[in-house]
Amino acid sequence: MSTNKDIATEPKRKSSALNDPQVRGYIFQTLLIAFLVWFGWVIFQNTLHNMESRGITTGFDFLQNPAGFEILMSLIPYSSNDTYGRTFVVGLLNTVLVAGLGIFFATILGFIIGIARLSKNWLVAKVASVYVETLRNIPLLLQIFFWYFAVLQPLPSPRQSIDFASAVFANNRGLYVPAPIAGDGLGAVIVIFFLGIIGSIFMVKWARKRQEATGQQFPVLYASLGLIIGLPIITYFILGAPLTWEMPELKGFNFKGGVRVIPELIALLLALTTYTASFIAEIVRAGIQSVAHGQTEAAAALGIRRSVALRLIIIPQAMRVVIPPLTSQYLNLAKNSSLATAIGYPDIVSVFMGTTLNQTGQAVEIVAMTMGVYLVISLTLSFFMNWYNKSMALKER
Amino acid sequence: MMGKYVEKEALPPPVSTSGPIAWVRDNLFNSPLSTILSLLTIYLLWNIIPPIFSWAFFDANFAGDNVDACTGTGACWVFIKVRLNFFIYGFYAEAERWRVDLSFLLLAIAVVPQFFDKFPYKMWLGVASVTLLPLIVGTLLIGGVLGLPPVETHQWGGLMLTLVLSYVGIVAALPFGVILALGRRSEMPTVRMVCVAFIELWRGVPLISVLFMASVMLPLFLPDGWDFQKLLRALIGITMFQSAYMAEVIRGGLQAIPKGQVEAAAALGLGYWRSMGLIVLPQALKLVIPGIVNTFIALFKDTTLVLIIGLLDILATVQSSIVDPAWRGVAAEGYVFAAFCFWVFCFGMSKYSQALERKLHTGHKR
Repeated sequence: MSTNKDIATEPKRKSSALNDPQVRGYIFQTLLIAFLVWFGWVIFQNTLHNMESRGITTGFDFLQNPAGFEILMSLIPYSSNDTYGRTFVVGLLNTVLVAGLGIFFATILGFIIGIARLSKNWLVAKVASVYVETLRNIPLLLQIFFWYFAVLQPLPSPRQSIDFASAVFANNRGLYVPAPIAGDGLGAVIVIFFLGIIGSIFMVKWARKRQEATGQQFPVLYASLGLIIGLPIITYFILGAPLTWEMPELKGFNFKGGVRVIPELIALLLALTTYTASFIAEIVRAGIQSVAHGQTEAAAALGIRRSVALRLIIIPQAMRVVIPPLTSQYLNLAKNSSLATAIGYPDIVSVFMGTTLNQTGQAVEIVAMTMGVYLVISLTLSFFMNWYNKSMALKER
Repeated sequence: MMGKYVEKEALPPPVSTSGPIAWVRDNLFNSPLSTILSLLTIYLLWNIIPPIFSWAFFDANFAGDNVDACTGTGACWVFIKVRLNFFIYGFYAEAERWRVDLSFLLLAIAVVPQFFDKFPYKMWLGVASVTLLPLIVGTLLIGGVLGLPPVETHQWGGLMLTLVLSYVGIVAALPFGVILALGRRSEMPTVRMVCVAFIELWRGVPLISVLFMASVMLPLFLPDGWDFQKLLRALIGITMFQSAYMAEVIRGGLQAIPKGQVEAAAALGLGYWRSMGLIVLPQALKLVIPGIVNTFIALFKDTTLVLIIGLLDILATVQSSIVDPAWRGVAAEGYVFAAFCFWVFCFGMSKYSQALERKLHTGHKR
């Protein structure tokens, strides 16, 4: 039997170095790295060998080759003589377009429905909850198919278009809306619009400083509305309304003029918006409910009006709970926009990972580039939302 | 001085505070805005609900066995009736479909008791449903042993394939998710970095690109002579993708376990694996069951994406039947049917996970 003294003088007699957690940690990490390097090397070798035996070239030279296929919709000039590199950009822009519009509309619709679910009006609350429970339990792809194949495709042909005020026409080839044509001086209106935004930012800062110093409030909302909307409208009419609209017109079997919104975009946007809105509605509802009731009561006790309490007390606190899950919904929406490929909307997956991949066969480069795009979109969005979250977070002193 | 008594009109009875009229006044017309909203909603519903009902039931066709039976203006449910077996089994050999039915039954026996509070051996059934059940059902469906003729996986389809994909996806992702979650909380920097990179990579890309990768790139990664069937490739992709999400859910559970538990385990002389396996994980996994059910719902809906790489899940069977020239104009019926199938599963599961959350959440409620 050893005594205390023995232990003190010979502390490491019994344990080998293998029992030291730190040493074990090093061994384990070395083994992990060795395994990963070996695994990566095997895959790399296999890939090289397989590509060689299938006659697939490697490298990014294919981006300079002419693509030779048409794309249904493009935000930048594109023809089949352009390069594969340009198909990448076209697809990327289409993805960004549908994701951006989707986030915009889904946020608005989601907030409306989320607040409606908490409405004291029983009917409104029930309709909102039926909406949420129905849409979020049906796969998005199914909803896209529904809008595209069951709603938009059976629309009448251009000659029997559904007519909205003789300006907007809906038929099975898409939605035709008037196209804006800029006249002289429209640039000035736009410049004044942006100046109005900058001006109101400064005004908000000034008004806050003045309120802190003197306690007097300044009608910030009306003043900034005047700056951002009123001023440009006045300029617009002073300059003689320099904006005309080109109306779509039925010529022969199809429409000429105006802007054609392809049905693929409409179906995708409708499905993405309504589907994501059902999730956002739940987030908003949970956020508002998470604000302790005592906060509303305290505001009422201080004599703060309900609308002001909502704006200054409830919503800022609800936003803290809302923003992190809202961020992941935005990310989901951006990633879900890749379902475009199922109905042929020319997004990056459909154009680049679909057609271009089929034509060149360079799977590794193309899949890596596409996944890279989504990673960058995800990281950018979450960076931006984290920044916003930090600015809204509880400031603890 | 006493004035003359003048009889005053009696006060009207107080407004009723109970009963249907009071309810309507309080809940539908309690303010001008509310009144406007109520009237608008009633108008909208009046324009939406009756047409839907007459389409789905009153004007619909139920009898018959081909497209000519559909003469009414309503839905053509004949289409669903005729194609129902295809929607459930895909091209699974007709003589062998009892195996699929038996699998459904086994799944129901393992899963349904989880919805009841005090069912005998509930926990063991739950454990069996993620360990034993996949093995039995796998043997049953694939065949080739015990005198069961083999059924090629490319014949699988319909609801059965959807269930196989989501079930295998979630069960296979569970162990990977546990390892990744533990790795992300590890004190070894390399392990942590590898796990974070893996998780964030898969969470940052859409499932569809993962499926593309699994079907196009995976064959390039493998040595000569290795060839996976399309279903297996899709399953590998789904498992990779799902394990990243699973890891994040489990990490949430791990974070909820107080540090004292690990310290107590260490004080009792348990090493890392035993303290995790015996003390932390059992508590953490129980906490995250609602989260796992929620990821399962998401995965269940996402399995529809396999139709893009050419697998025949329930949506794909509906889609291919719609474009069949023998049936025209039945798109809405097909989608409504598929949507209903998904809705029943997802709604049931989400109600289950909400009930679990309420049971586990014993804090103050208002």
